[in-house]
Amino acid sequence: MNDNVARHPGVAAESSHPEVHRKPEPVMFGFWVFLMSDLVLFAVLLATYATMSVHGVAGGPAPRDVTDLASAAIETALLLASSFTFGLASLAQKYEQDPRQTVRWLLVTAALGLAFLGLEARDFVRLVADGAVPQRSGFLSAHFTLLACHGLHVAAGLLWVGVLLMRMRVGRLQQVVRLRIMRLALFWHMLDIVWVAIVTVAFLFGAV
Amino acid sequence: MTGHDWIYWLFGTLRWSDFPPKGDLIADCAAGIAIAAPLAVVVLLTVKHRWRWLWEEWLTSLDHKRIGIMYTVIAFVMLARALIEAGLMRMQQALAVNADGVVSPEHFAQLFSTHGTAMIFFTAMPFLTGVINYVMPLQIGARDLTFPFLNAVGLWLTAAGAGIVMASLVVGKFAIGGWSAYPPFTETPFSPGEGVDYWIWAVSLASVGSMLSGINFAVTIYKERAPGMQLFRMPLFCWCALCTAILMIFAMPPLTVATGLLALDRYAGFHFFTNDLGGNMMAYANMFWLFGHPEVYILVLPAFGIWSEVISTFSGKRLYGYPSMVFAVMCIAVLSFTVWLHHFFTMGQSASVNAAFGIATMLIGIPTGVKVYDWLLTMYRGRIRLTAPMLFAITFIACFVIGGLSGIILANPPVDFAVHNSLFLVAHFHNMLVPGTLFGLLAGYMFWFPKVFGFRLDERWGRIAWVCWSGGFLAAFMPLYILGLMGATRRTAQFYRAEYEPFLLFAWAGAWLIAFGFVALLVQLWLSVKRRDELAAPIGDPWDGHSLEWWTPSPPPEYNFAVLPKVVDTETFTVMKRQESAYRSPDSYEDIEVPRNTGIPVIIGAAACVCAFALVWHIWWAAVAGFAAAWGALIVRSFDTDQMRTIPAADVRRQHEAWLTRARAATPIDRFAELEPANRGRAVATQ
Repeated sequence: MNDNVARHPGVAAESSHPEVHRKPEPVMFGFWVFLMSDLVLFAVLLATYATMSVHGVAGGPAPRDVTDLASAAIETALLLASSFTFGLASLAQKYEQDPRQTVRWLLVTAALGLAFLGLEARDFVRLVADGAVPQRSGFLSAHFTLLACHGLHVAAGLLWVGVLLMRMRVGRLQQVVRLRIMRLALFWHMLDIVWVAIVTVAFLFGAV
Repeated sequence: MTGHDWIYWLFGTLRWSDFPPKGDLIADCAAGIAIAAPLAVVVLLTVKHRWRWLWEEWLTSLDHKRIGIMYTVIAFVMLARALIEAGLMRMQQALAVNADGVVSPEHFAQLFSTHGTAMIFFTAMPFLTGVINYVMPLQIGARDLTFPFLNAVGLWLTAAGAGIVMASLVVGKFAIGGWSAYPPFTETPFSPGEGVDYWIWAVSLASVGSMLSGINFAVTIYKERAPGMQLFRMPLFCWCALCTAILMIFAMPPLTVATGLLALDRYAGFHFFTNDLGGNMMAYANMFWLFGHPEVYILVLPAFGIWSEVISTFSGKRLYGYPSMVFAVMCIAVLSFTVWLHHFFTMGQSASVNAAFGIATMLIGIPTGVKVYDWLLTMYRGRIRLTAPMLFAITFIACFVIGGLSGIILANPPVDFAVHNSLFLVAHFHNMLVPGTLFGLLAGYMFWFPKVFGFRLDERWGRIAWVCWSGGFLAAFMPLYILGLMGATRRTAQFYRAEYEPFLLFAWAGAWLIAFGFVALLVQLWLSVKRRDELAAPIGDPWDGHSLEWWTPSPPPEYNFAVLPKVVDTETFTVMKRQESAYRSPDSYEDIEVPRNTGIPVIIGAAACVCAFALVWHIWWAAVAGFAAAWGALIVRSFDTDQMRTIPAADVRRQHEAWLTRARAATPIDRFAELEPANRGRAVATQ
């Protein structure tokens, strides 16, 4: 690194001194790059959904028939709330001496994420019970795949929270765990943004 | 539960009949080689007691240089296989004019599918990833890539994919749907069985590995440059590596989606690309080429970087038009995302869409032309040394112009309709990929070999290899242009027009010449290893090089540079040599941290390989176990706090001073005498 200008501008691991930023900088930047790559994945799935929802219905249920807006609204609220609580976890990590505060907010975040996944699973079960299975049409294949891919990411995030909480119990809250929580935060917020896109394209366009 | 159910639970769809003998002499020979060669390696390692060495020094290493070498080894193994397949295809077509030839149509389809898959994903990609891995950190003055562990994971995922392709040679069959595996042909009704599944999982593993490498390269270039190494002071190879990395980051996910959705169709009965119930195979073509076209530039850009280094070094000149070269590479990288639709001009979109993509395609000729002129002007009035890499470079420029012009021709939608699916197309893309990518990588291999192993390659056999490869390429592929214009279609196992025969025979002879070229490379390697003391160039600068990688001993120490350089120019090392500061002792030394070896990436790769193989054969318990083991190993790694090792400053000082003493004592030799035994790695321009 050549100069002190281009340091990671986000919430720092500890204080705001440039030296403290030195180690996290490439790691955080690398994770941003990974997220961009992951976003391409969702972009392609969203584009697939967009074509399939128009041309792939095959006489089966259309977007209007499979969309439960009330459920989507609650899911959205849960996920947005979980992003907020993760923000509180990040702030606690930076400003609180006591790591328990961070742990608490991470647990709240995980609980909200779990509730989101539960509701999503309930949506899926209902659809399957109505015969709207992914094998029914290209559109339903795209619908299930898009939502399940996002859901899998959320599940991976939850697993990650679990591993980090274990890690924090094994050793002290060290620099590497701080960095991992910062990366998990980026991941979690990205999933929120992707969900907003999914709600817009898959739920609002189709159902309203 | 019946006995049959138990067998399915344990072994999935795998049966004794899937193992050799396969009732086909050629397939049996191939399977025999695929079993015998690894066995021979195992026996050799056991007899020579080399297992511990292999594990501790190589397989578990996180050193970017060793990972780069291992990538290149994978590439050479797969190149050998894909070349044999290519030769077999040429033989089949040459002998199958109004006759049956030597292989069945189904076997021929497997040959072109595995040839394409092995060449693109398991030869070119590992080769270029290996070269970038090795050279780029040295060129920017870095100690390692930003994420050494991730680098090793990428390597072992690629190896797992290559293993899956090799397994298909022995157990069951590979896909017959071409390297692009277009649905609906690759859907279950038309391609039942394991073939397409082999393709899906092999390619998925390689694609994830490449995406990880791309992230690593880009972050390393952005964040780990030595003091003073501004972006516009980077050697051109690093610029090409950066653009390649960015392409990998954005082009690999569409491929992962394409293979993933195809897998959902095949395994779970979804309808993404099927013929009925709303499936849309054009969605696959779009996704695949949204990856596949940038992929073409992922393959060729690193070679452009190598050409720039080789041509400038062996012309004894600065690279002409450095900024224009950089902008050209960036333009190519951006444009590569805007032309994917030219891969299916004939598949039913409107004329205006075709026209737009045709024009976009032709535009790529502009920055590429800029580069060709820059290379020519680098050579102009240079003092050129015609070493083997330079000879490859000259063949490249001539052939690449022909290939580029045929590409401009194909970018015309009406012309594309006329020669659609003909051998003209095969000639065109081989014309880009063989002289462009493969020759580039071979030139890079010869150019940087003394850096990697500390001794030069035998020049005579290098030139013999060049004659065979260049002549073989021209003989094998120029007739295909003519055949294509005469109407010969590609992927065809038999022809019924006698006038094709002379051209096909000529092309077959070309394939033989290329095979000799490959043998010549092996002979060159073998001879050079035997004469390594005579060819040794341990001081590290055998070609009077320009950039920083030449400013370390050969092979470089684990930490690359004892003291990071201060970069002042694009050709830092040249400046250092002119100011006679290259071999001066630094004021002080510091402790250097390097990553400890770990076996976890190997475990992740092995687990992924097991998972993929089990998925191919529907052995669900093993698939779940492999998947869990791969992620479990990663989680175990996250609990490991002892990941780094410190090399004390005293050790660094001792090694570095020893090298400096040797370098200062060595008599500089004229770069025109660089092939003489006197060249111990300190070449200079004496004029």
